[in-house]
Amino acid sequence: MGLLRVLSLVLLMGVSALAQSPTYGVGRTPSAEEIRAWDISVGPTGAELPPGRGTAKDGAQVYVKRGCAVCHGATGTGGPAPVLKGKPAEPTVDAWERGRVLPVRSPFATTVWDYINRAMPLGREGTLTADEVYALTAFLLYINDVIPEDEVLDAQSLPKVKMPIGDGYAPLPDWKPKTRRLRGYPY
Amino acid sequence: MIKGSKELIAYGERSRFVTSVRIPHGGRPSPDAFGLVFHVATPLQDSVGVITPSSLHYVATTRGSFIPDIDPKEHSLMIHGMVDRPLTFTMEDLKRLPSVTRLHFIECAGNRATPRAKNVQESHGMTSCAEWTGVLLSTLLKETGVKAGASWFVAEGAEEVKGASSMPVAKAMDDCLVCYGMNGEPVRPQQGFPLRLMVPGFEGIFSTKYLRRIKLVDRYYLNYNDYGHLDQDPKVAALDYQIGPKSVITFPSAGQLLPGRGFYEISGLAWSGGGAIRSVEVSTDGGRKWNRAEIKGTAYRMAHTRFGYQWNWDGKETELLSRCTDEIGQVQPSRAQVAKYWNVPHDPAYRVPGLDNSIQPWRVASDGSVHNGLA
Repeated sequence: MGLLRVLSLVLLMGVSALAQSPTYGVGRTPSAEEIRAWDISVGPTGAELPPGRGTAKDGAQVYVKRGCAVCHGATGTGGPAPVLKGKPAEPTVDAWERGRVLPVRSPFATTVWDYINRAMPLGREGTLTADEVYALTAFLLYINDVIPEDEVLDAQSLPKVKMPIGDGYAPLPDWKPKTRRLRGYPY
Repeated sequence: MIKGSKELIAYGERSRFVTSVRIPHGGRPSPDAFGLVFHVATPLQDSVGVITPSSLHYVATTRGSFIPDIDPKEHSLMIHGMVDRPLTFTMEDLKRLPSVTRLHFIECAGNRATPRAKNVQESHGMTSCAEWTGVLLSTLLKETGVKAGASWFVAEGAEEVKGASSMPVAKAMDDCLVCYGMNGEPVRPQQGFPLRLMVPGFEGIFSTKYLRRIKLVDRYYLNYNDYGHLDQDPKVAALDYQIGPKSVITFPSAGQLLPGRGFYEISGLAWSGGGAIRSVEVSTDGGRKWNRAEIKGTAYRMAHTRFGYQWNWDGKETELLSRCTDEIGQVQPSRAQVAKYWNVPHDPAYRVPGLDNSIQPWRVASDGSVHNGLA
């Protein structure tokens, strides 16, 4: 019995040691280039942003040249695609009242950059250069009274843009399994 | 008599007398003039049991998509970010790992009952349930290791819009499934072939299709898909993740006709993002009396659960309702109860916060025709 006990202890220790390292050893290590090529989701710190730069003035030209105006309208409204210009900024108007328009409502300018980069133009996604995406982001922020026309957006300045919503949006719940979706909510 | 053909031997077809089909949801054409696919609703009024056939499973796309035509030999899943060892898995790699098979529903946040709905397909057709097979995301995350401080993950697809969502790591470790199988065969292209994330009980958009990347991060990333969940009120934001307890009677439901008085088994589906369905009640008198319904088979966690209730119709006008309770005690509310909780007027335009899980009334007229009780 003593030997069995020692043996099972050794087995247990072996298992717990294995838990710290891969169990199955399946899969391969991606190269740094492979990771960089797919790492397109830009978080609020902008860590994933590539080099490049652009202003609203550049963006106004890209907006026409790349066909954005055809679907979104010459001024960001009036086209068949979603509206890109919300209600103008006024001291009496709450940012939430300015419309569900990405460059107005998003708490982070990085989300605007990210979406243009990953999903525009429709049917030609991924064809914009980094400079063009910075320029278009600047243009959309400019026409929505978020930044001045000559502000240069790049990997450093973009995450620092102060968005109209600020931090006036709801924090997310700390999700736990087998828990009501909202404490005290019976439904 | 159906004459044998090579095609029918290779892959079977349903009877020509069975004509149940999906329909574009919410009045938006699908496909549109360009071949983009938008939201498509499943014909719940014809459903039996709990599994939605893959060909009838509801479809939703981030902004309207061309369905990508992915060669599984070219597809892989990369897991990186705050991990000890970034890893890339081919489809072959994933199939070598221990698999799990589970029944789960997916429901679109747009599955909202309205007075306009003419039938249960229009009011509730953006939910479906399938048997999903794949590898637990927690199994893959044990292979990569997760660094301390990684609290969120971003899941991203390979389609042209590269749809991405942020989710808590706690959910990844609990029950997320990286699926290559659906109803006994590979996941269908409209459902994310060759690989889809299944996030049981969360709004459908989180179950990322064409899954190619998972990144572990230390904060909420606010991807474009997350932006759709942004809200001013923390209480409303909390309701935009996990789906509440919900049920609906699929027979008799609006648009159907009862041929006369007498016996009918009322049949319906119940589900919840909070876990398994514990009980279902049916009212055949507009909500005055509630009767315990029979749960058919096993109620699985975050899966459609079929219920039945034996009813003798006396031929008089009445209203049929169902409500369910899940394993953590959440109860499906009426629209009036929700409005009361939020202290707002209850009118036809009232919008239930989060995914609408309110009770659906069906009105049975004395001629046996069934109508939307909200209309």
